[in-house]
Amino acid sequence: MTQINVRVDGASYTDDVEPRTLLVHYLREQLGKVGTVVGCDTSNCGACTVHLDGQAVKSCTVFAVQADGCQVTTIEGVASGEGESATLHPVQRAFHEMHGLQCGFCTPGMIMASIDLLKENPDPSDEEVREGIEGNLCRCTGYQNIVRAVRQAAAEMSGKAADDPQAEPAAVDTAAADHVTAQA
Amino acid sequence: MSTPTRTPTGAPEHLTGPGSGGVGDDAQRPDGVLKVRGEFAYGSDLWMADMLWGVTLRSPHPYARIRSVDTSAALATPGVSAVLTSDDVPGEKVYGLELADQPVLALDVVRYQGEPVALVAADHPETARLAAGRIHVDYDVLEPVTDARTALGHPTWNQVHDSTAEVTELSRESAHLHPEGNLVRHLKVRTGDPAPTADVVVVGEYEVGMQDQAFLGPEAGLAVPAEDGGVELHVATQWLHVDQKQICAALALPPEQVRLTLAGVGGAFGGREDLSMHVHACLLALRTGRPVKMSYNREESFFGHVHRHPATMRYEHGATRDGELVYVKAAIYFDGGAYASSTPAVVGNGGTMGIGPYVVPNVHVDCYGAYTNNPPCGAMRGFGSVQTAFAYESQMDALAAELGMDPVELRCRNAMEEGSATPTGQVIDSPAPVAELLRRLEAMPLPAASGDGEVDLRDMPGGVSNTTHGEGVRRGVGYAVAYKNVAFSEGYDDHSTARVRLEVVGGEPTATVHTAAAEVGQGLVTVEQQIARTELGVERVVVHPKDTSVGSAGSTSASRQTYVTGGAVKAACEKVRAQVVARAERLVGRTVPDLRLAGGAVVSDSEDITVPLADLLGDDVLEETLEWRHRPTEAIDPETGQGFAHVQYAFSAHRAVVDVDTELGLVKVVEMACTQDVGKAINPQAVVGQIQGGTAQGLGLAVMEEILIKDGKVRNPSFTDYLIPTILDMPPMRIEVLEYADPHAPYGLRGVGEAPNISSGPAVLAAIRAATGLPLTRVPVRPEHITGT
Repeated sequence: MTQINVRVDGASYTDDVEPRTLLVHYLREQLGKVGTVVGCDTSNCGACTVHLDGQAVKSCTVFAVQADGCQVTTIEGVASGEGESATLHPVQRAFHEMHGLQCGFCTPGMIMASIDLLKENPDPSDEEVREGIEGNLCRCTGYQNIVRAVRQAAAEMSGKAADDPQAEPAAVDTAAADHVTAQA
Repeated sequence: MSTPTRTPTGAPEHLTGPGSGGVGDDAQRPDGVLKVRGEFAYGSDLWMADMLWGVTLRSPHPYARIRSVDTSAALATPGVSAVLTSDDVPGEKVYGLELADQPVLALDVVRYQGEPVALVAADHPETARLAAGRIHVDYDVLEPVTDARTALGHPTWNQVHDSTAEVTELSRESAHLHPEGNLVRHLKVRTGDPAPTADVVVVGEYEVGMQDQAFLGPEAGLAVPAEDGGVELHVATQWLHVDQKQICAALALPPEQVRLTLAGVGGAFGGREDLSMHVHACLLALRTGRPVKMSYNREESFFGHVHRHPATMRYEHGATRDGELVYVKAAIYFDGGAYASSTPAVVGNGGTMGIGPYVVPNVHVDCYGAYTNNPPCGAMRGFGSVQTAFAYESQMDALAAELGMDPVELRCRNAMEEGSATPTGQVIDSPAPVAELLRRLEAMPLPAASGDGEVDLRDMPGGVSNTTHGEGVRRGVGYAVAYKNVAFSEGYDDHSTARVRLEVVGGEPTATVHTAAAEVGQGLVTVEQQIARTELGVERVVVHPKDTSVGSAGSTSASRQTYVTGGAVKAACEKVRAQVVARAERLVGRTVPDLRLAGGAVVSDSEDITVPLADLLGDDVLEETLEWRHRPTEAIDPETGQGFAHVQYAFSAHRAVVDVDTELGLVKVVEMACTQDVGKAINPQAVVGQIQGGTAQGLGLAVMEEILIKDGKVRNPSFTDYLIPTILDMPPMRIEVLEYADPHAPYGLRGVGEAPNISSGPAVLAAIRAATGLPLTRVPVRPEHITGT
């Protein structure tokens, strides 16, 4: 066992871990931070993405001992405030409002990857969003609304309205034809 | 007994969410905030302080006789509480969705690689895995049967496709894998002239690889022994009551003692319709008297659920010189793998809808499902229609080429419409805008040509691998259209149960909707709220956790839940509403014909009446529970396939635009466009989400997704080797959602989820063919199919 000191979502922990323990297993099984999920075990899906000292990492490819002395932020530490009154991070809010999730299993990782992307590129194009979070798989959404959600969050965070039509909600356009109700 | 928790918050939860919105609105998901906060409890997140971990020992062989199993070393491992084999299954030792043929734990024979043989419960998952490795199983390895046609003794097409010589003799099939032989089902469709002739004939043979649902959250659940000798199972699944029925049989317990609650589901797509760890966890919990959690990793998930049936198909299309379809003959083989699962129903869909949404007077289809020693195959989104759509749409393109006709023109010329008869003699009695779906796609603008101006590598096939700057790249455009039955067919008693309660909570009128319908990500919980808001005129609607304390909702499959459970919720709300209106009339002392519920009150438009529900109900609780059924379907004739088999059809069409590097065989899908008729979009945003997600899965099957099997063994059970579309593989989409109401369905709605998964892949395949000029008869298309190397 090796002792590590980490700050996770603002709280300090001192724990003994096996040198081979993965960060994601430490988070889930020792700290109970099960908001960070495991989708593939092989670093393909990105569902387990967290921030290690502010940078997005797939926590299944990081040993817990590598987080010694580091700040870890998980999906559970992204909103500000506690409980019911907590305020969602703009990226969280956008994924919810833009229908950027269905089953939601990829969502924690998608949000963590997207926050990191927006830190590096506060105003990404659709293509830059796609490039930026290509390491995260989603099986439900076909990614269209994830792109919209990240654009929407970028617009909100920079204080301007989303200008790209792709970042608008799916139009409900009954004028297009009698029977066409939604276009995207 | 304590209840399972998801640390740090409890689960499952009553969902309310901050949302609003009735039928037709873009209401927001009540579970959305939990999901974006990482607080939604998936099956894998459940935890109890004193729980054990269960693991499964699986067969490494696709076909073997078990001589003996020695569990002594495993049992002696410190930390191990139980090691179980088939001897420890107290009730029925085999289970199955349609046929009980699959052992809970292997009996004397294993029939596929990954078949569960033994179980271990221990205080730590690593201990359990270590102990499982110490179970000694003595196998007598047998030669597996790995091809459906070989299994059935139909090695050549001519033998099966001589339409004048009916193939009923199966004497040449391989060694029987099951006592009744290797044929699971043979469906025949016969209509019109048995020996038709036509001016133009095209023949094609097609193959579809085995696709995985690849839901992102692997199988998981927690079984908790109960004080009454029963068990409570929290599990990620698609149909709680069909699970319960099978678990009860295996455990020899009555339904009252096997109580299921839906844990958070990380996607399903058909892959959770069969049992996985359900019985196993219950067995271990009952044996040890402690809660047992089982949570598969990705590799085990590939062995832990059924897949989409691979198919081999031979089609013959005959048409007049001016493009009118005269006949279609088809032989369709589905490889069901080692156990039946839902193969009979998949054969039902593949056979009855196997020629596509076209009017054809003379049809001769034989559709077979076979047992082999490949992994069991069963439900996956599109269910028998995905495979045949690749074949019939490829045939339509081939026929168009032969006739010198535009492929869309040929399709529209033969398209079904309302009033058309299907090859099974069913008259389409609601809108079927097949031609309009195609024409609308055609009218959409095409994306800009690639290579105009400076080349952006990211726009090229091969991307930043720098494999081409545009040389050798050809663009292609392809169209496909699909139809799919909605809900359960062929006479099945398809129904759902809803319990709706109306009361005043904290001064606010509150409706609670309780169904057992599994929310797997599609957004049914939102739809349930929207319907209750619309029907009861209240804002606050609580979705009760999904469990077996209310009657069955049927499966979350077959695009059916919004229709069937939505119909049940609507009907239960109407009964509650009738109670409310009766009370209001008693209060005002007379009958008021136009009383309705709106804004938390009973109101009349013709008279100045507003009775707040808070006043009308006081402390009373109004509750109604009912079973709701769509109009019945019929079993089809076993010799001709004729009958009213399907209650409703969903229609969608896709246009795909691809760029193909013809030198390296790399494909980039540039744009996908989709038109779909949904009758009524209960939640337009969610409908669009279904279309987008279904499109991606269809694209995946067309160009990358395949479980590779060699000699019955899976070669790629990981996301490193089984590829699903990334955000860079999935291009932007254009979508038009049409609403032509189905007069037979609640709100006129049409099931949405599967159709876009069916038309998407064939459109991609057509586009690749258009770009390359190659026939391309197998999906997924691999680079070597394009380069010929």
